[in-house]
Amino acid sequence: MTWLADNWQTVLTLAGRHLYLAGVPLVVGFLVSIPLGWVASRWSRSYPVIITSTGLLYTIPSLALFVVMPIVLGTRILDPVNVIVAMTIYTVALLVRTVADGLNAVPDDIEQAATAMGYRGVRRLLGVELPLAAPVISAGLRVAAVSNVSIVSVASILGVSQLGDLLLDGYNRVIWGELLTGIASCILLALALDAVIVGGTRVVTPWLRAQEARA
Amino acid sequence: MIGSVLAWFTDPANWQGEDGIANRLLQHLGYTAMAVVLAALVAIPLGLWVGHTGRMRWLVSFANSVRAVPTLGLLFAVSLWLGPKIPGDLAFTVPSILVLALLAIPPLLAGTYAGIEAVDPAARDAARGVGMTSGQVLRQVEVPNGLPLMMSGFRSAVLQVVATATVAAIIGLGGLGRYLIDGIALGDYPQTAGGAILVAVLAVVLDGVFAFVQRRVVSPGLTGRHVGGRGKDSRSVAVEADRPSADVRSSA
Repeated sequence: MTWLADNWQTVLTLAGRHLYLAGVPLVVGFLVSIPLGWVASRWSRSYPVIITSTGLLYTIPSLALFVVMPIVLGTRILDPVNVIVAMTIYTVALLVRTVADGLNAVPDDIEQAATAMGYRGVRRLLGVELPLAAPVISAGLRVAAVSNVSIVSVASILGVSQLGDLLLDGYNRVIWGELLTGIASCILLALALDAVIVGGTRVVTPWLRAQEARA
Repeated sequence: MIGSVLAWFTDPANWQGEDGIANRLLQHLGYTAMAVVLAALVAIPLGLWVGHTGRMRWLVSFANSVRAVPTLGLLFAVSLWLGPKIPGDLAFTVPSILVLALLAIPPLLAGTYAGIEAVDPAARDAARGVGMTSGQVLRQVEVPNGLPLMMSGFRSAVLQVVATATVAAIIGLGGLGRYLIDGIALGDYPQTAGGAILVAVLAVVLDGVFAFVQRRVVSPGLTGRHVGGRGKDSRSVAVEADRPSADVRSSA
């Protein structure tokens, strides 16, 4: 506790960086996985190809992916972009499947009713299918958020600073206060992101609350 | 950059001895096997029990919430705490294996539980109806039917352990992670990248092997896999359960 009292400003700065490194990939990955997931759900022949190839990327251990990024991107080894791109890959790999399965689960009669009302193509996707798939996609997003926060801390080994620095430094210098603060801040950040996603889902699915109230 | 990584791979000196690729690869596989077996001894019976009886479901959600704990922090904390209490080289390996096993428990537990839970209640009732005992229902109906999800939980656990074992090199564990951690410390990029490629290939190959095993062990009645032997008469059941969707994947 005394360690935290003396160093709370450092912790806040690192937490901000952590949020940036885990959050940006979450948003970008979400935006990328929607069209990909839509393609996978629309054309059933593309489904196994997309799901298998993203699944393969998800298989690669995080530290390895961080390290290989400079070869692929031509960046410097310490560049935070490596971490952001790697985390985006994980997010997409996790979400594409959820988005595809969520869209597939939208009942046919609803899709037909929407088509009959004049909803077509992208408008039907954004106006009808995506909102109905929101609870499923949100579940995937929550898993991605929590795992992103945990994985990003590994980037400290490469010298990309965020909350993982507290873990590494606390271990190297045997400062329990610092190590435990690092662990606790990572958990808090994960819970906070999770809460934001849960809240956001509630906002975009008002009909679910209406059903709850009626029941 | 790619040329120097290739040179690292083709240098015979990097393949032999204590620090050689062959030895590091075997170590990595050994740690993975040890941790997964340890975790399975705990998680599979527990998951079967929770799924079969429906009691203590909170155990599964508790195990899942543990995933928010950063793996790196867990490695450091356990190593600092247990390391000094264990003599010799074991001071490095024991805490690491323990953490690896701990991290393999949530996906194994969730997969086993979800597999058993998802079994069609009608199938379960029918099994009881024909006079099966509780143990027989579990062994002959629930486990075979729950196998796809159990296997995907197992595969997630293996990937989790392979990935975390790499990171565990930072607290002194051997295995392929050594190339990454030592390479970073020395600023030796070819070694670092070489290690990263090895770990990535290992993870992909292992997952492929277990995907194949999964296809072989899961009943054809569930996967729609064609079974030969009966000539024209053998028909496959068209049920799409080959790759079940369950969120048993996890981080690291």
